[in-house]
Amino acid sequence: MTQDDLYRTVVLQRTKTPLYAGKLAQANAQGQGTNPLCGDRVHLHAVIDAQGRIDAIRHETRGCAICAASADLMAERVTGQEPARIRQLHADMEAAVQTGNAPAALGELSAFAPLHRHRSRIRCAMLPWTALMEMLNDDKDR
Amino acid sequence: MMDQVVTQASDAAGSLRHIRADFPILTQKVHGKDLVFLDSAASAQKPRQVIDCMAETMRTQYANIHRGLYWMSERTTEAYEAVRDQVAGFLGAGAREEIIFTRNSTEAINLVAHSYGSLLRPGQVVLISEMEHHANIVPWQMLRDRAGIELRVTPVTDDGALDMEALGQNLSDGRVALVAITHMSNVLGTITDARAIADMAHAAGAKVLFDGSQLAVHRRVNVRELDADFYVLTGHKLYGPTGIGVLWARREILDEMPPFLGGGDMISTVSFGRSTWAPVPHKFEAGTPAIIETIGLGAAISYIESIGFDRIGAHEEALTAHALKALGQVSGLKVIGTAPERGGVISFTMADVHPHDIATLLDRNGIAVRAGHHCAEPLMRRLGVSATARASFGIYTTPEEIDLLAATLVQIRGFFV
Ligand SMILES: Cc1ncc(COP(=O)(O)O)c(C=O)c1O
Repeated sequence: MTQDDLYRTVVLQRTKTPLYAGKLAQANAQGQGTNPLCGDRVHLHAVIDAQGRIDAIRHETRGCAICAASADLMAERVTGQEPARIRQLHADMEAAVQTGNAPAALGELSAFAPLHRHRSRIRCAMLPWTALMEMLNDDKDR
Repeated sequence: MMDQVVTQASDAAGSLRHIRADFPILTQKVHGKDLVFLDSAASAQKPRQVIDCMAETMRTQYANIHRGLYWMSERTTEAYEAVRDQVAGFLGAGAREEIIFTRNSTEAINLVAHSYGSLLRPGQVVLISEMEHHANIVPWQMLRDRAGIELRVTPVTDDGALDMEALGQNLSDGRVALVAITHMSNVLGTITDARAIADMAHAAGAKVLFDGSQLAVHRRVNVRELDADFYVLTGHKLYGPTGIGVLWARREILDEMPPFLGGGDMISTVSFGRSTWAPVPHKFEAGTPAIIETIGLGAAISYIESIGFDRIGAHEEALTAHALKALGQVSGLKVIGTAPERGGVISFTMADVHPHDIATLLDRNGIAVRAGHHCAEPLMRRLGVSATARASFGIYTTPEEIDLLAATLVQIRGFFV
């Protein structure tokens, strides 16, 4: 069968052995994303400092490989980042899955660019980002 | 003896080849691979007989129906009304007036929920089952919220059959006005014992509606032998076009029911003070109907009948048995729904591999299956899964396609362990 460019090693690895899965006892921010089409769910727990920077983040994901790997790679990528930078990454990620061209700044997250040819699965990769944006917006309102 | 078996098998392969040749789409490639279409339960592919008939209608014989006083309109009206006779024959209806054309099964059930539903009184009960498609749940919930009726749900057993004992209990207080149950589950493949359900419903003073969206594709339906009161089906699963479905109901019930939609074609006289309704079936067919699609449905039924349900049923039973065996050998694969009476719809999960990943990876190999909750969320909850993958078969499905599915699933599983 065709080895798929979407299910690259990095995606499969992060699904099988996530590095950022779980909760954080000291978490002061939460974010939720659900996909009513399949019942997939991402729950984020984070420690956000006074400037809104993410000091630490973990995810609890019930979902497909694309969703779980996206959550894990996202968590890794946004750790230590300011909100403005995170919003830029979100926009880059959205552009990558829509067009197939990944901005260089995305790094490993560019693994999801092939989703532009699997439009029904874009939502799976973006679900963790939906949860993250919800969390940042809540934090801004605080 | 052996010779005879071999001849029968090669006859079957030969006729399967002929059937496949009728479906132009089956020669398409997907991601460079031959299309293996295992999602017929969602919507079936169309034979050239249907495609050509619809195109020919638009090319040579088309005008609005029931209105024109000219040759072209009269011919189109005849072609449209001939399909009503054909569907009446297909379902074993008592009279052609009992056939109402709708957009699909969903609209047919909504028609019953609105129109027949308006005759129900608070405290009366509509009884459905746990394995209904959303199309046979939501219209009744809306009726409940509108009319103050009660909506009751009969459970399924662990193997995915309808719990007949619980059905009896649900009927026992005599308040059930209508039992609305699927004739074949689009998730589990379970075929329900419609005649037994009808007998139980009638003994309790209730009417019965069967959702035949799936079953009518695979088995001959005779609404009088089933002793049904309402029966619905949808054309696009029956190798026909989208936009055309059927409601059958007993004449005396239809006569009692108020119209569903108002407009042209469904009236007898109109004044600003009041209007009077056309007799059935036209009372329920407001506005210009799906003329071309209805004629296409007629072509689909002719096509199915030219093959015959004996052959369709035998092919499907052999395929289903083959599939259950082949899939049973895939490590980690679990078939959801193992009722003894079943058709060619097989839902499954595979260890930790999410159904969406299964569907995407199969698609990369040209194999189309459905993944998700299959418009049956309450059933998913009952089964304790959030989603399944589903392979479903049509008259054009081959055993080789099923073998390819099983082999590809083994490879997919290999990725994830
Ligand atoms: C059992 C069952 N009922 C109802 C429907 C609804 O059919 P339609 O969408 O054509 O109205 C379907 C199709 O998905 C079905 O499988």
